[in-house]
Amino acid sequence: MVVVSSAPAIETTEVADEVTAADVPWITIVWNDPVNLMDYVTYVFMKLLGHPKPKAEKLMSDVHHKGRAVVSSGSRESMEADVAKLQGAGLWATMQQDK
Amino acid sequence: MADFKRQRGRIVAQLEPVEVELLADLLDQVRQLLAGRRAEAPADPLDAITGIQTAPSTAPEDPALARLLPDFHRDDEVLAGGLRVLYEPDLLTQKDSAAVALLDSLPLGGGVVRLSEELANSWTSAINDIRLALGVRLEISTEDGMPNLDRPELDGGGEVMFNVYQWLTSLQGSLVVALLN
Repeated sequence: MVVVSSAPAIETTEVADEVTAADVPWITIVWNDPVNLMDYVTYVFMKLLGHPKPKAEKLMSDVHHKGRAVVSSGSRESMEADVAKLQGAGLWATMQQDK
Repeated sequence: MADFKRQRGRIVAQLEPVEVELLADLLDQVRQLLAGRRAEAPADPLDAITGIQTAPSTAPEDPALARLLPDFHRDDEVLAGGLRVLYEPDLLTQKDSAAVALLDSLPLGGGVVRLSEELANSWTSAINDIRLALGVRLEISTEDGMPNLDRPELDGGGEVMFNVYQWLTSLQGSLVVALLN
């Protein structure tokens, strides 16, 4: 996935204290639920996140067996967009900072 | 029972009259659920000026709606509330549009549906939203996918509801396989 870096990169050079916080990437997590079909989850990862089929299937398998999977990472804004897309498709997606 | 197949670039199924009626009825219920949530949005005079719609900052009380519109963050309530205000109106619109697209392409009285890939995407999203809402009502909460039917609030209708859920699961399954191929 393409993560566009723009204004924040410039701001962080000016405000040294914020560099560490801003540098910690955000992640999008998809949680397991008993309703969404496995094929559907794979399809959504391919269609909406652009993952190739093998990666989409691996992530789906992680969601199913481990209860969750990190499906994308990047800036906070791009994770907001990913969570919105995945929730639009009915997946239980959330975001958090990858600490 | 309806079953989607890919035929010459289209995703095709034959729907019985009763299946069309059922889909229309269920989608109507989902749309009412979404419209009810939209009506909870705070009335802000600024919205009328800016044209930007906002949403409540707290999760819906109805558990089915809450499943359709989860918090964006699990621990940070302030962030989750802020993002809900920003993103929920679009999510409501997106879900309602998918339901409308499905309704508009239903063959009244039964018949063959031939979906483009784009329309098939609306179908999977809309059917999935029905299944999510029914899954909550049926208390399908464990990995075996079995409902909790022995509850007075279901008023004896749990079996029928679960049959409908299973039919939608099968329809959704064939649709996704056709999309993946």
